[in-house]
This record gives sequence, structure tokens and C-alpha cells, in this order.
Amino acid sequence: MKPIIEVKNLKKRYRLGVIGTGSLANDLKSYMAKIKKKEDPNTLIGQEQRKKGDSFMALNGVSFTVNKGETIGVIGSNGAGKSTLLKLITRVTAPTEGEIVLRGRIASMLEVGTGFNGEMTGRENIYMNGAILGMTKAEIDSKLDDIIAFSECADFIDTPVKRYSSGMYVKLAFAVAAHLDSEIMIMDEVLAVGDAKFQKKCLDKMLDSAKNDGKTILYVSHNMATVKQLCSRCIILNEGKVIFDGDVDKAIEIYLGAIGSDTICADLSDSPRFEGRVPTVKLMSYQILNKDFSVFDNKDLIKMRFTVKAFETVENAMLRIIIKSSELAVVGAVTSNKNINVEKGKDYTFETEMDLSNLASGKYIASFVVFSVTDNIVEEYDSITDVFFFEIEEVKRDNGQWHSHWLGHTIFPDMKIEKV
Amino acid sequence: MDNYEIVIKSKNKWYDLQLKEVFKYKDLIKLFVQRNFALIYKQTVLGPLWLVLNPLVTSVVFTVVFGQFAGLSTNGMPQFLFYMSGNTIWMLFSSAVSGTSSTFLNNAHIFGKVYFPRLTVPISQMITSIINFLIQFAMLLVIYLYFLFTGAENVYFTPYILFMPILIAQTALFGTAIGVIISSVTIKYRDLAVAAGLILQMWMYLTPIVYTLETVNGVLRTLLLVNPMTSVVNNFRYCLAGNGEFLTVPWVYSIVFTVIVAFGGIVLYNKMEKNFVDSI
Repeated sequence: MKPIIEVKNLKKRYRLGVIGTGSLANDLKSYMAKIKKKEDPNTLIGQEQRKKGDSFMALNGVSFTVNKGETIGVIGSNGAGKSTLLKLITRVTAPTEGEIVLRGRIASMLEVGTGFNGEMTGRENIYMNGAILGMTKAEIDSKLDDIIAFSECADFIDTPVKRYSSGMYVKLAFAVAAHLDSEIMIMDEVLAVGDAKFQKKCLDKMLDSAKNDGKTILYVSHNMATVKQLCSRCIILNEGKVIFDGDVDKAIEIYLGAIGSDTICADLSDSPRFEGRVPTVKLMSYQILNKDFSVFDNKDLIKMRFTVKAFETVENAMLRIIIKSSELAVVGAVTSNKNINVEKGKDYTFETEMDLSNLASGKYIASFVVFSVTDNIVEEYDSITDVFFFEIEEVKRDNGQWHSHWLGHTIFPDMKIEKV
Repeated sequence: MDNYEIVIKSKNKWYDLQLKEVFKYKDLIKLFVQRNFALIYKQTVLGPLWLVLNPLVTSVVFTVVFGQFAGLSTNGMPQFLFYMSGNTIWMLFSSAVSGTSSTFLNNAHIFGKVYFPRLTVPISQMITSIINFLIQFAMLLVIYLYFLFTGAENVYFTPYILFMPILIAQTALFGTAIGVIISSVTIKYRDLAVAAGLILQMWMYLTPIVYTLETVNGVLRTLLLVNPMTSVVNNFRYCLAGNGEFLTVPWVYSIVFTVIVAFGGIVLYNKMEKNFVDSI
């Protein structure tokens, strides 16, 4: 049987900067010059011809095939080309070169709720959204009850969706998309919405339709846990190219390795902050003091030096390091034992030491938070998510190898047997 | 589903209008039309009454300004019926243009997220304009019958009325094609979105709506006949009340022109649609 998706040498070029010269007259001049093979009068001085129109390849020769019934995870750091790939497959925009062959209907859930109109009721929106996704009225009619039941919005189905809570809105939208009669489903982080219970329901629904209805799923996510749960194969994109295509566990390891290498010291001053907040006690850098690589034995203490710039005078600030596993699930956190007082406008350097001997071997990602607690109220001064990557090496144990898949990431001190 | 196969490439053949795909989405077109109606008259007191009020008020104003004050000739036709008939067909054209001229700008958020045949949007706008027109046309007929039966001068019944559907379809198609072209060009040059209103207004005065073609002679008359809407408005009036002259050759030219513009408009639209998300 022929593969259901074939992507052949796909390329997508984007132009950087402003589109067009901004005026019809200039565009015409450029166009005429092109015809007459003369130099473009609108080229900036000093700009080389080959760099004209500064472009950037979001995808640079991507090829892969997907067979019917496969669930494929597409992972890669921001800017790797994941979203562009999905946009091309869902025909939102056209490729610059190469082609895609699709042998089945596509349902995309790039952004659930697209086409929802606030003035219209839930029921009207189901029809509208279904039709936009390619269903006929008869198809929607036959699935209406299922959709409403799945959405958990039955009581509000005849209320305009502008009065819905954001959770209800998303649930309804997902319900429509999940009930499409399509052979290929494309999802971009849709599972990051709704409450945990609904997320599980969606994931189960996806798994079910992949297994029982033979649906093919293309899933793009940063959430390694769901990728692991849902996908049977994984593609890693990096700078517009496929760098790995195969086993999921291996892919996740490579992906985390690729973004986590060489991180014994880093400048944090330009790191993106949570929700773009402006830090008041700003972490400027960190450095590992006792290692040349961020790979630790679990008997090692991790010694780090932080530099901090205070933009405000703060008393009793604390530093916390939140550790996540390679599936991006929080494993635990370490908090500084002393409070620090900082004065506005001054720079500080701290040397820290932490004991992570309870951490099982594996790869981890840490986030840094500077905060204080007054009367049980937590105030955050700076927070940088997922910046520090490190690895805990496998250690030989008397009681057998530690499989974190079964036993978790925390190794508690051995149990003492008092009496036999 | 073995026979189902889509090939996505950087370009399609330019003459491939993809109308078959549009037809598959006919339910979506129907829903878009319903939505257009539902949204326009939500939270208005008079609701669809505005549809009828609009050409009525305009015609009254025209009757007073151009008929009474300026005293322009209407070929002996009752002034109100003359302006009303011109306005009605012109409103079909102008609403088809303005309804579709900002398709890309208004739907950028949906187009950027999910694929469906983009032509469904202007087509549903065109259908909306036609339905609006039919309501206004019904009122025009009532007014016409009133004048006919009260024995007003120069108001006749003519078998040419059978040409009416062609005139209406042509006007809707032409207006939509112009709108679609404007919306494709505005992706790059936003100026046109602003200029569209002005162009429409100028165009109206270059079409015999407030005056008759008979009062214009020489070069100016030829110039007016180049405007494809001239013969349409003129013939629309003739088919309704049998007044003036029926323009045959200019109308044939106008139909050919419409077909070419419609074809070109769709080709341009399909071409722009493929990549517009990157440049809007």
C-alpha cells in the first residue's frame, strides 16, 4: 500500500523584513529592472545581490513518509520548522519547492476553535466549524450528539459562545475536530488545553482512533510525556531539516541532548522570562564550578555560581531550582537555605552547593526562580524556565539497576531493616 | 479512500480554477450566507427592514436633488421609478464589490489557521448580495406595478423582462470579480482597500444612474459605453419599463468583458491565496 503522507524535498522560504518596497511605483521599477536585467534601483547601498530580499529557509529539504495508522511525533526546538511543516501539510500556505502527496482527508487542529463566532450559539458553531474542517451538514448531523456529549457543554449548547469560559470554548472546539471523519489528524499542542481530566480524555480519544479506526496522527509538541504516550515514531526537526526519524525514546534523548549540550555556564540576561515579565532581582548568569561538563555522578555535590543584579531593594530573597525530567514532568525542587538581602542597583555573586544524590540517572532540565515569602504570600522577582540541562550518570547499585521508568526519578535513602 | 490523492506543490496550473473543490464545500457556503445575514441584523431594531429602506431613501434624495433641483431628464419616466431602478441594480453591483473587496484582510485569522477552498468566502458574499438584491427587487416590482396600473406615462410592459435574470447574474458576477481582484491586490497594497469606496462612487457617476445615456453625446457617450456597467443599467431599466433604447452590441461587449474579468479574478485570487498568509 502506498504511504498516506509523502513529503518530498520540501522547502519553504520566508522573506525577512518588510514585504514589498511599500509603494506600487517602486515595485514597478524593481519589476521593470528585473525584466531588463538591470540592477534593481531599490537595492540598498552595500547590499549584495545574492542577499537581496533577505530570505530565510524555514524548511530546507524535508523528506519523509508516513504510513497509514502511524502516530508520528514531530519535535524540535523553537524555530526548527515544525509549525511551518504543519502549515504546508494543512495547505494554509504553499511550499516554495518540493511537494506533498496526501492520500486521505486531513483534519487539522492547529488552533482549535478557529472560525468560532462569538455571536453564534454552540450548536451553530459546531456546524460552522465542522463545515470549515470539511464535513458536510449530513455528517455533522449524524455526529452532533456525540460531539455535544464529548464537549461536556450540553447545558450551554444554545448559548452564544461569547459567554463561554475559555475552557468550555476549547472543549467544544476539540470535540468537533476529534469527531471528523478524516484519515489524517494533525495536532499542534492542542492537548495543552483544558483541565487534566479533559486532557486525558482527549489523549485517550486520540489513541483510540489511531488504534481502532486506523487514523494517522501527526502530533507536534514540546511535551515529551504526551509524545511518548501517543506516538509510535518520532521525527526531529532542526533548522529546517530532519535530523532524526525513528524510535521515540531515542528521539527524545537526542532532542534533549541537542538542546542541552555545553551548558556549564550561560548568560541569562537575555533569556526569555516567564510570560515576558520584567525581573526586579535579575539572574544574570550561572556557572558550574566543579565540573567541565554538566554531567554528574549522583554522589557529586553540584556547585554553582550565580550572578544577580538587583533593580529593587529586596529582603529575604531566596533562590529555587526546579528540576524536571526529560519528559518535562516536575521531579522536585531545591530551595536555598539562607535568605539574601539585596540593595537596589548592586550586583551580587553567590556560590551555591546542592546535593542531588536522590536523583536517579537520566537527563534533567532545571528552571531558576528568585522569590520571597512574606506572611505566606509568594512574590517572584525572576523566573527562567527550562534553562539548565544536566545529566546524572548511571551508578552501580547493590540492589540492581534503577529504571526510572518504573521506579521514578527520586531514589530515597535505603530503608533500614531494624529487626529480622 | 485509495482514489483520494492531493498533491500540494508550489504552484498549480494557472487555468485550474479548483471549482470542483468549492462545490464539495457547498454546505460551508450555505452556512456562511446564513451567518452573513444573522450577523448583520443582530442587535438592530429595524433588522432586514434596512434593506428596503436604503434604496428607498436614496431614491427619494435623488428624486429631489437630481430630478427636482437639477431637473435632469429621465426620458419621460416617472422620476422615482427611474432612480429606484438604477439604484437597485447598482446596489447589487456595489454590495458585491464591497462585500468581497476585503475578503483576505477580514479573514486573515481563519485563512492562516485552516484550509478550505478560499473561493467559498467571496461566493457566499455574492449569494448574500443577490438575496439582498432580490428583496429590493421585489419592492421595485411593486413600485413598477403601481406606476404601470395607475397609467403613468412612459411605463410599459415588455417581453424583454425575460433578460432580467441574465442581467442580474452578470452584475453579481462582475461585482464579485472586481471585489475579488481588489482583495487580492490589497494583500500587498493596502491603499486599494481605502480607495475602493472612492472608486465605486466615481464609477457610479460614470454609469447612467442619475442621468440617461440619451442626454450624452459624442466622445463622452463612447466613453460611457466603454464602462461595462452602462449597458447593464440601461438595459435593466429597459427590461423593466420598456423605456429608452435596448443596447445590444454594448451589452454583448459587457458580457464578454465580465467573463474575462471573472476568469482573471479567480486565477489571480487562487494565485494569491496560496501564499498570502506569508505576506499579509
